[in-house]
Amino acid sequence: MQLIQDLLVYYADNASYVWEQFYRQFLMSAYGVLFGAIVGIPLGILIARYHKLSPWVLSLANVIQTIPALAMLSVLMLVMGLGANTVVFSLFLYSLLPIIKNTYTGINNVDHALLESGKAMGMTKFQVLRMVELPLALSVIMAGLRTAVVVTIGVATIGTFIGAGGLGDIIIRGTNATDGTAIILAGAIPTALMAIIADALFGWLERKLAPGKKKKGIFSRDEVTV
Amino acid sequence: MLKFDHVSKIYKGGKHAVSDLNMEFEKGEFIVFIGPSGCGKTTTMKMINRLIEPTEGSIYVDGEDITKVDPVQLRRKIGYVIQQIGLFPHMTIEQNISLVLKLLKWPEEKRRERARELLTLVDMTSDYLDRFPHELSGGQQQRIGVLRALAADQSLILMDEPFGALDPITRDSLQEEFKKLQRKLNKTIVFVTHDMDEALKLADRIVIMRDGKIVQFDTPDEILRNPVDEFVEAFIGQERLVQARPSIQTVEQIMNPEPVTVMGNQTLSEAIKIMKARRVDTLLVINENQVLQGYIDVEMIDQKRTKLSLVSEVMEQEMFKMEIGTLVKDTIRKFLNRAIKYVPVVDEKNRLVGIVTRANLVDVVYDSIWGDDEIVL
Repeated sequence: MQLIQDLLVYYADNASYVWEQFYRQFLMSAYGVLFGAIVGIPLGILIARYHKLSPWVLSLANVIQTIPALAMLSVLMLVMGLGANTVVFSLFLYSLLPIIKNTYTGINNVDHALLESGKAMGMTKFQVLRMVELPLALSVIMAGLRTAVVVTIGVATIGTFIGAGGLGDIIIRGTNATDGTAIILAGAIPTALMAIIADALFGWLERKLAPGKKKKGIFSRDEVTV
Repeated sequence: MLKFDHVSKIYKGGKHAVSDLNMEFEKGEFIVFIGPSGCGKTTTMKMINRLIEPTEGSIYVDGEDITKVDPVQLRRKIGYVIQQIGLFPHMTIEQNISLVLKLLKWPEEKRRERARELLTLVDMTSDYLDRFPHELSGGQQQRIGVLRALAADQSLILMDEPFGALDPITRDSLQEEFKKLQRKLNKTIVFVTHDMDEALKLADRIVIMRDGKIVQFDTPDEILRNPVDEFVEAFIGQERLVQARPSIQTVEQIMNPEPVTVMGNQTLSEAIKIMKARRVDTLLVINENQVLQGYIDVEMIDQKRTKLSLVSEVMEQEMFKMEIGTLVKDTIRKFLNRAIKYVPVVDEKNRLVGIVTRANLVDVVYDSIWGDDEIVL
C-alpha cells in the first residue's frame, strides 16, 4: 500500500517531468522506426524484386539485430557522441530487420495469380506494385513496424546511459536512490504501457489493413516467418 | 483477326516449348487449345498478350504485329481470365470489374455505370458492386472474372482453364452461360483446357497440341469424325468416339442390306409364302430393276385376297423412304416422330438398297452405351 502511495505521490509531484520524459522517449522510438521504415520498406521491396540480394541484406540486418543494445550504443557514442541523435540512429538500425523482413515476406507472399492477373490486364510494373503488391502486403508490413516499435521502445530506455533522456532517466534515478522502488516503478510502468499501447494500436491497424478484413481479437498477432 | 506465323518458343537449354506454329483465327471464333500438360497450349496462349515472348516468328492481332506494340497497351486491349480467378481481394467487385477501365483512365461515373451494366449480363444485381470477392461463391467469382475481361469491350479474350477449379454443376452452367454470351457479344475467344468435353461443347474450332506442335486443327465434328491419328483418338477417348457415332453415321452404315422383297407381278399367295418363310409381316415391292414400288403387308392381303391376285394391284404406293447418305440422328428423329416401324433406304435412282428397322436402332443405342466392350457373361 505504501508503495502505491509513494508512486502516486511521485506522479503528483513530477507529473510534467514524467510526461516530458515519456514524450521524449516516444519521439526517439518514433523517429527510429520512421527512418527504419523510410529505408527498410524500399529495401524490402528491392530484395523481393531481386532475390539474389535478399540473403546479403537479410543477414546484415540479422547481424545488427544480434548486437547487444548497450554495446551498440557505446560504439555509436564513440563515433556520434552523446545525446538523443545517437539513440535514434541505433533505434533506426534495430528497426531495420523486422521492417525489411516483413516487407520482403509480405510482397513475396502475394498470390502469383494476382500478379499475373494484374500484369495481363495491362498494369505497368509500378502499377502492380502500387495497386496490388503493396496493398496486399500492407498488413504484413504493418506487423513488421509493430515489432520494430516495441523493440525500439525497450531499447530507448537504455538511452539514458548516453545522456539521451527518456523514461530511463527515472528508472536509473530509482536504482541509485535508497528505497527507490517507487521511482523505478514510476519509470518502468509508463515504459511498459507505451509498449503495450503501441503494440495494440499497430495490431489494430494491421487488421484494419488486412485484405478481406478478417475479424480477430485485439491482441492477436499474425506470425510471420521467413 | 489473330494469326500465328511460324511462331516458336525455345527456352534456354534448347527446349522447344512450342515449335513452328502457323494458324489463323477469324473474328468471333471460339478457339479451344487442348492437349496433355506440357504440350505448349498455355505457352501459346500467353504469347498472344506477350506474357511470354515468342523466340521466333510473329503473331498478328488485327493485322498488327504484336511485338511492335507496347505490351502494356496491348494487354489492355485483350481480356484475360485465369483458372485461379485472380480477383483482387482488397478491391470491391466494382473496382475489380472496372480495373482495366481505371488503367485506361475512364472517369469514375462511367466506370460504375459500366460495371453495373456488365453485372446484368450474368444476371447479378448491382448490390454486388460494393461487396468483396471473398463474399461470393466460386461460380460468382469467376463470373466477375469473366466480366473483368469484358469490361473495356475487348474483342479478343484469352482464357486459361477458367472453369477448371469449379464444381461440375457450376462449371456446366457457366460454360453454357459463357457460350451464349460469346455468341451474343461476338468475341474472339482463345480458350485453353485439358477437358475434352468442355472443348467439344464450347469450341467452334479445336487446336489439339502435343509436344509444342499442332496435331489437328479443325471443327469438333470433323475431329470426332476423322481423328488424324491414334494420339487424337486416344485423347478424344473411345467413349466419345462411340457416342459421337450416331450423329455422324449415315443410314447405310446401320441398315440391313437384304430387305425382304417381292416383285409386283408375283401373286398374293407367293407373297404370303415369302412372309411365312422369312417371318415378316410386310414386304417391299420392287420391279426387275430393283426400283422401289411400294409395300404390302399381311392385313392388306387378308382383306383383298378374294378379289385380287397380283401384288402390284394390292400394294400401297405411298410410303416413307430415305435416301442413302441420310444421317442416323435424323433417322432416329423420324422414327420417333412418325411412330413407324421401318424405313426402306433407296439410292438416287429410287432403287432399294436396304432397310432400317427399329432393331437396327437398338444396335446403335446399344453401341453408344456399351461401346465396343466385349460382352462378358
